[in-house]
Amino acid sequence: MAPRSENGPLAFWYDPAIRGRIYQTLFVLALGIVLFEAIVDVRANMQARGIPTDFDFLDDVAGFDINLTLIPYSATSTYGRAFFVGLLNTGLAAALGLILATVVGFAIGIARLSKNWIVAKFAMVYVEALRNVPLLLQLLFWYNAVLKPLPAPRQSYVLPFGMYLNNRGLFAPELVFGPGAQWIGAAVIVAALVAVLARLTGIGARLGRFWPTLLIGLPVAAYFLAGQPVSFIVPELKGFNFSGGVRLLPEFVALVLGLGLYTAAFIAEIVRAGVEAVPRGQSEAAAALGLSRRQTNRFVVVPQAMRIITPLLTSQYLNLIKNSSLAVFIGYPDLVQVFAGTVLNQTGAAVQVIFITMAVYLAISLFASLAMNLYNRRFALVER
Amino acid sequence: MPGEPLSATPARAAAFVRQDPAPACPPPPSGQGVFAAIGDNLFGGWRSSMMTIAALALLGLALPPLLRFLIFDAVWSAPDGELCRAPGAGACWAFIARKLPYFAYGSYPIGQRWRVDLTLAFGAALIVWLLWLDAPGRRLAAFLFFFAYPILSFLLLHGAPSFGLPTIDSDLWGGIFVSLLVATVGIVASLPLGILLALGRRSSLPVLSLACAGFIECVRGVPMITVLFMANTMLPLFVPESLAPDRLIRPLIGVALFASAYMAEVVRGGLQAIPKGQFEGAQALGLRALPTLRFIILPQALRHVIPGIVNTFIGLFKDTTLVAIVGIFDFLRTVDSARLDPVWAGPTISATGYVFAALFYFVFCFSMSRYSLFVERRLSRGRDR
Repeated sequence: MAPRSENGPLAFWYDPAIRGRIYQTLFVLALGIVLFEAIVDVRANMQARGIPTDFDFLDDVAGFDINLTLIPYSATSTYGRAFFVGLLNTGLAAALGLILATVVGFAIGIARLSKNWIVAKFAMVYVEALRNVPLLLQLLFWYNAVLKPLPAPRQSYVLPFGMYLNNRGLFAPELVFGPGAQWIGAAVIVAALVAVLARLTGIGARLGRFWPTLLIGLPVAAYFLAGQPVSFIVPELKGFNFSGGVRLLPEFVALVLGLGLYTAAFIAEIVRAGVEAVPRGQSEAAAALGLSRRQTNRFVVVPQAMRIITPLLTSQYLNLIKNSSLAVFIGYPDLVQVFAGTVLNQTGAAVQVIFITMAVYLAISLFASLAMNLYNRRFALVER
Repeated sequence: MPGEPLSATPARAAAFVRQDPAPACPPPPSGQGVFAAIGDNLFGGWRSSMMTIAALALLGLALPPLLRFLIFDAVWSAPDGELCRAPGAGACWAFIARKLPYFAYGSYPIGQRWRVDLTLAFGAALIVWLLWLDAPGRRLAAFLFFFAYPILSFLLLHGAPSFGLPTIDSDLWGGIFVSLLVATVGIVASLPLGILLALGRRSSLPVLSLACAGFIECVRGVPMITVLFMANTMLPLFVPESLAPDRLIRPLIGVALFASAYMAEVVRGGLQAIPKGQFEGAQALGLRALPTLRFIILPQALRHVIPGIVNTFIGLFKDTTLVAIVGIFDFLRTVDSARLDPVWAGPTISATGYVFAALFYFVFCFSMSRYSLFVERRLSRGRDR
């Protein structure tokens, strides 16, 4: 109903609801016209330049090689296959970077909280130095100033666990699974199932420290029962290079190190903020109840801190995944380097390629925020 | 007395009752003094002692080579890379000194570099004016910085033949001044755009709010590199060929859009912290929508999120390095290309260049974060009491 004044009904454009509808219609119209014009222009421009305007190019032969492929790929594979190679390479670097960032980040964060002055200062210097310098600079530093000037394979640095570091990359022993190794896998799965069941049913709490032993013990037992089917192939120097074992490209090592250590600085700050956000009264009350320091941390401080840490941690994880696209600067064949770089340059299909690349990252982000919302619903503080 | 039930014991006087007060305990051996504090802090318990020793050992192992490389063995002046290539030579600061003009201005014509200096000087003066919380006329400073300065700097840097300033093609621009330019454009554009987007997202009009939220989430969900790629390869396709934007303008548009999405989320946080009563109070006073925003809501909301805004600026400043992907010679790119100069190339050149660049970025980002801490503390003074 339109609002009325003493002089009779007001004109309809004074009604906020109708006004809102008019504004929105105008907005949609303007947006539609701009988008339509843009699409018409883009199509015309692309056709004028002989650029494909559909997704058929994905089935064409790529004709270039990629120096790290987790799935079979050769120069005769299609662009579509090159996309998956890049995607998997992004996933590999991001996954290892996430592990490194989490381990280092939590260690530094806890060190920052240390009562030991010198340890806390060390952690502070780490955090301030790494998070105030651009990630790209750190990646270039690791790649061009640390890994590239390393000696040739003959003068490799010898690292523990049979690893070698030289200018061709990091050479590590390779795990080889012989016949019977499937029993170890089965044991791991069984142990994991038992652990999950124990947690869900609450038996784990009663069995106390028994089930972690089971978790490790079962696979180890399976390993010996199956006749030790796992062995290592240690890299060996043959001629001018190493053979055997796993070779991690210098680009890969630089990317994982750079991403992991940079993100660790942010994670450390999150961990510190999360722990400091737990009111002092909580640990004092726990002490008053007679809990030991270890128990206080485990049952009072950490659960409350994790509630604050987890959402922030997720956003750092997403940042790391997005930042893995900086791989393109040091030549690691990730999604952006392979697809938005080489494929785009060869086909010229800029709109489609960039659309697909963005869609991949967007899908990861949206999935993560969905998971985060579920987590929050499950673990958020329930207040009366 | 085995077997004798306790309850059977007759109540009797306690065996011992102290008559005098107990003597005072001696103070703990390490209670006072500097050494005691150090001892407690660094060697309180075996774990702490181990960590202290490990940290000191690390310091002892890492610091001497680092100092030798950076200072004692460094080459401070040399005509070319000969001295720096000598075995055992440290950082090659002579290389930095020789290349400094290139790092600062890129390939900007030498005779015209005063124009860059002038632009930077104006910018620095305006920024100091803006950041100094007690300075008079900060509103004027904001107006100058956000409206007059961009036009002035465009005329100065790009050139205005009618004022006697020859046009300098943006292909020649490079170095620190381009990094600062990208960052400034990002900052100047992202704040108003971000505020608009945040207001749009909180609007009661569903279409508008959906469009703003969609834009913000899409931009925040993708890496900046893909936004730059998009700006570089797709912007020219969106317009007729004759209107294709300049090579430097394209990434600037990308940076502005990217930064404004992040800024929008920060501003939205500030808007959410404003109690509803503020809006209602303004309405009761008869203020219309725009004056309500301008005089009541935004001043409070933005003040709440100054630290967040500064953090976004820090992130933006670090992200300016990524414009190198579309062929812009920002500071890091000039360092990265100068280290390949055959006159200087040597084993220490890369490390020297990167350390110098890292120092540059560190000084900027660290001082920005300190400033945000300072503002935060100052603004919370009212709440502390």
